[in-house]
Formats: sequence, C-alpha cells, structure tokens
Amino acid sequence: MIKRFSFKLIKMLPTLFGICLLAFLVVRLVPGDPVMTLLGERGNSPEVYALMKTKLGLDLPLHQQFFVYIKGLMQGDLGKSIITGTSVAEEFFSRFPATIELSLTALIFALTLGIPLGVLAAVKRNSPVDYILMSISLAGYSMPIFWWGLLLILFFSVHLGLTPVSGRLSVAYFVEPWTGFMLIDTLQREVIAEDGLAPFFSAIKHLILPAFVMGTIPLAIIARMTRSSMLEVLDEDFIKTAKAKGQNSFNIIFKHALKNALIPIITIIGLMLGGLITGAILTETIFSWPGIGKWIVHSVNQRDYPSIQGGVLLIGTLVVLINRLVDLAYLWANPRLRGDK
Amino acid sequence: MIKYRGLSLGLFIIFIFVLLAIFAPIISSHDPSSIYTDFLRISPFQEKGFLLGTDDLGRDILSRLLFGSRISLLVGASVVAISLTCGTTLGLLSGYFRGTVDTIIMGVIDVLMSFPSILLAILVISILGPGLNNAMMAVAIVGIPNFTRIVRSSVMVEKNKDYHLAAVSSGASSGRIIFKEIFPNILAPLIVQATLGFSEAILSVAALGFLGLGAQPPLPEWGIMLSDARPFIESNPSMVTLPGLCIFFVLLGFNLMGDGLRDYFDPKLKRR
Repeated sequence: MIKRFSFKLIKMLPTLFGICLLAFLVVRLVPGDPVMTLLGERGNSPEVYALMKTKLGLDLPLHQQFFVYIKGLMQGDLGKSIITGTSVAEEFFSRFPATIELSLTALIFALTLGIPLGVLAAVKRNSPVDYILMSISLAGYSMPIFWWGLLLILFFSVHLGLTPVSGRLSVAYFVEPWTGFMLIDTLQREVIAEDGLAPFFSAIKHLILPAFVMGTIPLAIIARMTRSSMLEVLDEDFIKTAKAKGQNSFNIIFKHALKNALIPIITIIGLMLGGLITGAILTETIFSWPGIGKWIVHSVNQRDYPSIQGGVLLIGTLVVLINRLVDLAYLWANPRLRGDK
Repeated sequence: MIKYRGLSLGLFIIFIFVLLAIFAPIISSHDPSSIYTDFLRISPFQEKGFLLGTDDLGRDILSRLLFGSRISLLVGASVVAISLTCGTTLGLLSGYFRGTVDTIIMGVIDVLMSFPSILLAILVISILGPGLNNAMMAVAIVGIPNFTRIVRSSVMVEKNKDYHLAAVSSGASSGRIIFKEIFPNILAPLIVQATLGFSEAILSVAALGFLGLGAQPPLPEWGIMLSDARPFIESNPSMVTLPGLCIFFVLLGFNLMGDGLRDYFDPKLKRR
C-alpha cells in the first residue's frame, strides 16, 4: 500500500511541473510589455525602465526566469498582486475558506439527496417514479447554473423575500475572521456574547441558496450514477443469495447493495471536483460570494497577471492532489483492485 | 423509434433550433441591434410588434433570441470541429504508436485536464483577451482532452483485434491502418462525445459571455443578454428568464441526443 502510495505521488510530479510551466508561460504570452503595463505610459525614463526590468527579473533569459520562478514557488513566493500589492498567496488563502465552505455544503447537499434518490430510482426501475426522477436529473444536468441562480434569486429573494441576495453575512453584524468559515466564526464566544445566535443564522441564510445552486448539477450526476451503479450491483449473485436467504428488502438494498454500489461514486466525486470549481466561479459571481472564483474573474478583468498566475497554479495543484487522494480512497474502498497492477 | 424516445426528442429540439437559426431574419420583425428608445423594457405580449418585449435599450428580445440561436449553434459547431480534429489526431497518434509519443501527448493532456474547464478557458482568455472568437478558441482547447482520451482508449482496444493484425501482415502503412481501418471503427464513441461536446461548448461560451469574458455587446449572445438583464431582475423578470430558457433547451436537446446515441450504439447499456 505504501509502495503504491509513493508511486502514485511520484507519477503526479510531471503533471505538477507542467502546471507550473503553464502558469509561468501565461504572463510571458500576454501581448504587450509587462514593464510598460506596470509603469504606465507616461513619466518614466529609460533608467527607471531598466531598473524595473531587472527588479522583475525580466532581463534574464527565459529558462533562468523559469528557474527563479520555481525557486520562488519552493519558498512559497507566488508574487504580489499588481492591484493591491499584497502577496498572491495571502489573497488566495484569505478567500479560500469561503469557497470551501460553499463547495462542501453544496457537495453534502448533493450527496445526501442524490444517493437516496438514485437508490429509489434503481429499486423502482422502469416505473413512473424512475422516469420522473431521471427526467428531473437530466433537466438538472442541462441547467446553466448562472441562469438557475438568477431564477432562484428571482423566486426566493425577490418574490418571497426569504433569502438574502449576496454576501456571506448581514452587514448588521461584525465577525472577526478566525477560521474563515463563517458557520464556525459566528459561533465564537465574543460574537455570541454580542449578538447571540443571530449572526450564525444569518450566515446559514446566506449560504443556503448559493449552495443549492452549486449543488444542482452534482446532485443530478450523483443521482444518475447511483442509479446505474445500484442496478449493476442488484444483478449480482450475492444479491440473489441474500434474497434466497430471505433477507428483508431494506437490508438487501442498504446493507448488501448500496455499500458496493457506492464504490464507483467515490471516483465520480473526484471527477466532479473540477466541475465544482467551475460551479464556484459562476455561483460566486452571481451571489457576490467573496471566494476564489469571484477573485479570479475579478483578476482577469483587472489584468492582474500575478494573481491569475498564482490562482491558476494553486487551483490546478489542488485538483491534481485531491484526484490522487480520491484514487487512493478508491483502492482503499475496493480491495478487489489492490492485487493487480 | 418508440424505443429511442430521448434521442427523438433531442433531435426534435435541435431541429427546431436549427430552423429558427436559419430563418431568423425572416421570422424576426426587427434587427437584433436596432434601438427603439420609445419602447424601453416592455414586458412580453404588451406591445404589438414586440412579441416578447424589449430590453433596457429598447431592442426587440425575440429578434435577439433568434439571432442568438445562430451564434450559439455556430459556436457549438466551430468549437466541436476544432477540438474534434485536434483531439482525435492526438488520440489516434498516442493510442496507435504508444511509447514516447504517448507519454508526451498524455502528459500535456493530463496538465490540461487538471484545470477546471472554465478556469482553463479563463486562463486562455486572459492571454488572448475577451471576445467571442477568443472564447471559442479557449473552449475548443478545453475540449481537446475529452476527445483525445476517448479516441486513445478506443484505438488501444481496436489494435488488439484480428483485422488490425491482418492489415499489418498484408503490409499496409501506418497511415492507412489508422485512418482507413481503425478510425471508422471508433466513430461511435466519437459521435457521442461530439454531441455532448456541443452542449458543453454552448454552455461554456454562454458562461464566459455571462462573466463578461466572452462575446461582447452588442452581439445578441444569450450569455450577455442574461448578464445585461441582471439589474432588471425585479422589474422585468422576462429579460432574465427568456435567454436562459433558450440555453437550457439547447443543452437539453444535445444532452438527450448524446445519451440517446450512446444507447443506440451500445444497446447493452440500454437495459437499465
């Protein structure tokens, strides 16, 4: 197991190197002179220009620049944002918890609803229930979530006035950032002493709608996958054995079938990660959720290249890492695969 | 045909949209970008001549939606054409020759795959600059890995079959074997992926338009129409609902078609 683990980690290195190379090249491929962009058109002499160029390391040959870049990365230096001047790593990680909070809630919502619905559809195969569930799932799968988000805002926020339209917390409350997770931060002792549980409920209210929007497509995918995976398992011999033994159907479905049907779902969750981040970029833009998705779009609009570069690098690396972890979880959950190479 | 209900419905939806796109200039009563300052933000069915109302600049929404279908279908077709050509070529090469070629190609594909689709598109756009053509280019690049992976694995399966051995032993050249023998046999999964690629492409380009990174105003693109309508969501909800509905139905059509085609080519999967 440990040998496999390290093998998987080593296999990931070329991909990570590729991501670094791509992130490095982005800034160099941008048309125009980055030094000029930084300095502005007016009011700079050739000396200032040369100084700036040296300071940015742009006077070195390309391969040396890449070496310097990698060296910086090893020391955790992702450069500084052109617009705010703060380090990119700081900008990223201060927003990261917001995105994690949103994505996790969305994923939990999708799993807790998608798996039972998938099981239901599989058990009631080819019945009206199955058809209706699968049609809804297909509709969910075809939903452009930026539109879906607007529709839900229209209904729940504008018509019913139930949920707020944007942000993570009502402006009436002030919460000192601690973990960055609003649901945890609002439970800090000082906050509760000040406003009681009101900020906590405000945070939940702000979270519900974006998480629902972001979870819709994963929900549709999970329900479909659970269904087909369940159907496969329900055809297997050990289910027949369980039936022949006179087990009740609840035990057969949840103890014998679902446990085995869930294994492929692990892989799907891993593959969905990229989709979740895509979802985060759109959802955060619609709901003004202060996470990394909104930040990336903002950086592109501001032409803040160090931020784009750093953000892309971190997200790409995270996706690769988590996918490897999912691979390992798959092996762990499915001992039948461990033996063969 | 009853057996393939989803496929028929999908084909029907796409057929309708293709007709609307072709006959857009005849059906629509206005130019999509002409501005009628006397008719700002009219709700649907309120004013004669503006069946689905007008937007905040007084442009006829129906005409914009019709011309928008042209853009979206064209976007889908061009994006799929580019990623299909590049992706298939890479997949054929890497699956057939294996070895170093395979390692290099799959290395690049793995890097591309590690970025969430929209993020990679955004990255490409940050280099090329916003615009419809650049957005299409970006989305086409994002689509390449899907095709490469499917083609590669299909080629590896086909290579083990006897007809391949027969072709090799009769002295056929690699080029001939790849394009005349193997390629026709891997068309089925490729057609399915191309159909699903249409919906992915249309969705991504609309999403980029919505984020302000794709097509630029005054193009009647559905994504831009949605983002332009956001400030008026309370007063004129139809400005938000209509373009989204169009995107939704086009995606639904292509997804139904893709799923249906998959069942059609592989009836064994259908049982469930």
